Amino acid sequence: MTTAAATASGEIQGRSLWQDAWARLRRNRLAVVCIFVLGFVILFCTVGSLLCNWSPHVTNLDLKAKPPGYEETLDRETWLRHKYDDLAPEEEQRFAQALKAGEGPENVTLRHWLGTDTLGRDLLARTMQGGRVSLMVAGIATAVALLIGVTYGAVAGYLGGRTDDKMMRFVEILRALPFLIFVILLTTMFGTRLWLIYLSIGAIEWLTMARIVRTQVLGLARQEFVEAARSLGLPTSRIIFRHIIPNVLGPVIVYATLTVPAVMLLEAGLSFLGLGVQPPQSSWGTLISEGADQMETYPWLLAGPAALFSITLFCLNFAGDGLRDAMDVKTAKD
Amino acid sequence: MSALLQLEDLSVHFPKKRGLFSKSHEVLRAVDGVSLEIQRGEILGLVGESGCGKTTLTRAIMQLQPITAGRIQLEGRDLSHLTATELRLARLNFQMVFQDPYASLNPRLTIFSALAESITARTGPLEYEDIKQRVAALMERVGLSPSAALKYPHEFSGGQRQRIAIARALGPEPRLLLADEPVSALDVSIQSQIINLLLQLRCDLSLTMLFISHDLGVVRFIADRVAVMQNGKIVETGHTENVMDAPQHEYTRALLAAAPGLRRTASL
Repeated sequence: MTTAAATASGEIQGRSLWQDAWARLRRNRLAVVCIFVLGFVILFCTVGSLLCNWSPHVTNLDLKAKPPGYEETLDRETWLRHKYDDLAPEEEQRFAQALKAGEGPENVTLRHWLGTDTLGRDLLARTMQGGRVSLMVAGIATAVALLIGVTYGAVAGYLGGRTDDKMMRFVEILRALPFLIFVILLTTMFGTRLWLIYLSIGAIEWLTMARIVRTQVLGLARQEFVEAARSLGLPTSRIIFRHIIPNVLGPVIVYATLTVPAVMLLEAGLSFLGLGVQPPQSSWGTLISEGADQMETYPWLLAGPAALFSITLFCLNFAGDGLRDAMDVKTAKD
Repeated sequence: MSALLQLEDLSVHFPKKRGLFSKSHEVLRAVDGVSLEIQRGEILGLVGESGCGKTTLTRAIMQLQPITAGRIQLEGRDLSHLTATELRLARLNFQMVFQDPYASLNPRLTIFSALAESITARTGPLEYEDIKQRVAALMERVGLSPSAALKYPHEFSGGQRQRIAIARALGPEPRLLLADEPVSALDVSIQSQIINLLLQLRCDLSLTMLFISHDLGVVRFIADRVAVMQNGKIVETGHTENVMDAPQHEYTRALLAAAPGLRRTASL
């Protein structure tokens, strides 16, 4: 059949709503710049820390709290110590081997671009490492919130009636639990672990996501195309995942980009209180809290991490705004 | 002729909401004891003013709306006695064309996906090549070029969208097409095209149709028989000419008198 062949080769390609959204997003300069800056921050925290000569963990009590730009001359052993810094046994072995093999420069002078902290650790390396933890918490907690929130909200909104009532009352009960007490309870039961932070933050954030999605779905479920899908006798799960959820993705993506900064702030708050990331690990939250303690004597302890954190939040907010506008089909109506 | 669809004393009531705590026992009788027969191969026009229960009646036939009382029989089989699987198959015999072609197509699905979904609703999973052929055939049947299959609904005009919606309704090979004001959201020039398409489909596929409209001119043109609905009740049924030219019920007379220019289109 020739007509079917024409269909297959797709001679006349349609522009999907996503392509439209992308075109609109590109017109929003600020949002595009912010997305690029975000990408740069992520690269900085991941690739940057591979390129960095300093280890975030190696201490040097002779070089406590040196200002940004301070130069340190390293001998070969210290240089290798910074290279193979992990406390894991195999890194220790590799350090010993490298030392024996005579690897590395004899004497080298390196600069602490952001200075050192009160234990003589390089702040730039610590900021990168902290950024990885912070971004990861943000990413995973937001993904958890998305996954649970969207599914839960869509099911509640689509089924409606008593099921909806019960499901949303449950959400309200969870919302009423004081977050800090919940986290303190978890940490006393399981000890402070990183996955606990993911879990507890995700467990809070999905509630709002579920309510947003449910509200959207309540309107959608009455739409004629959903009724058409029902008259085809499609199973409820298929209607929800194929017809409902794709149509709420716009607001959901926008809310997700706004959730990321909220999650990072929560993690920072938890770490500030000592409930979050534990030393020697750092996160932007712990770095800022350490910096805030010494703000008057050593302001640079605060400056670097706080600046990066603010830039990231700023960009996330503007990128989220831009995405919301781009996803809004009404602004696209020619 | 024998009846394809039989409605017996069909009622759909909605509870009227009062306050938060006082439970009201008053009900809104959207459809109130409707008995109707649709013969195989005929087009039955259902007319009445807005809010008289036309749409609720179709939604009840489509099983989208639980019925309060009465029976729906498809070829003499009561739908309420069927098991879930039987009901799922039985209701594929009815498909619906909605009023607003801008709301009745999922904006996130290409025409191909939408039609493929409706075809496989009856047949179950098919080979990709097979689906492609069937989709192309469906699109040609409603007068669309199959090369547009990969487009999204927002790239089509209202008339084209209504054609897509009709194609989707034809996907599971229904025997009864319920058309709920299928042309009232369209331009007048497009209306006649869609009407002619529906008439063509009736010939080609020997479809039976329930055609709902408040436009008496359109109904006069397309329908073999007419049922007039008022406040959830059928007040008059009969052959189109009889009802239109010699209305028995005063509500029908009022409807006809209110229709602008009907006397002139009567010569259609």
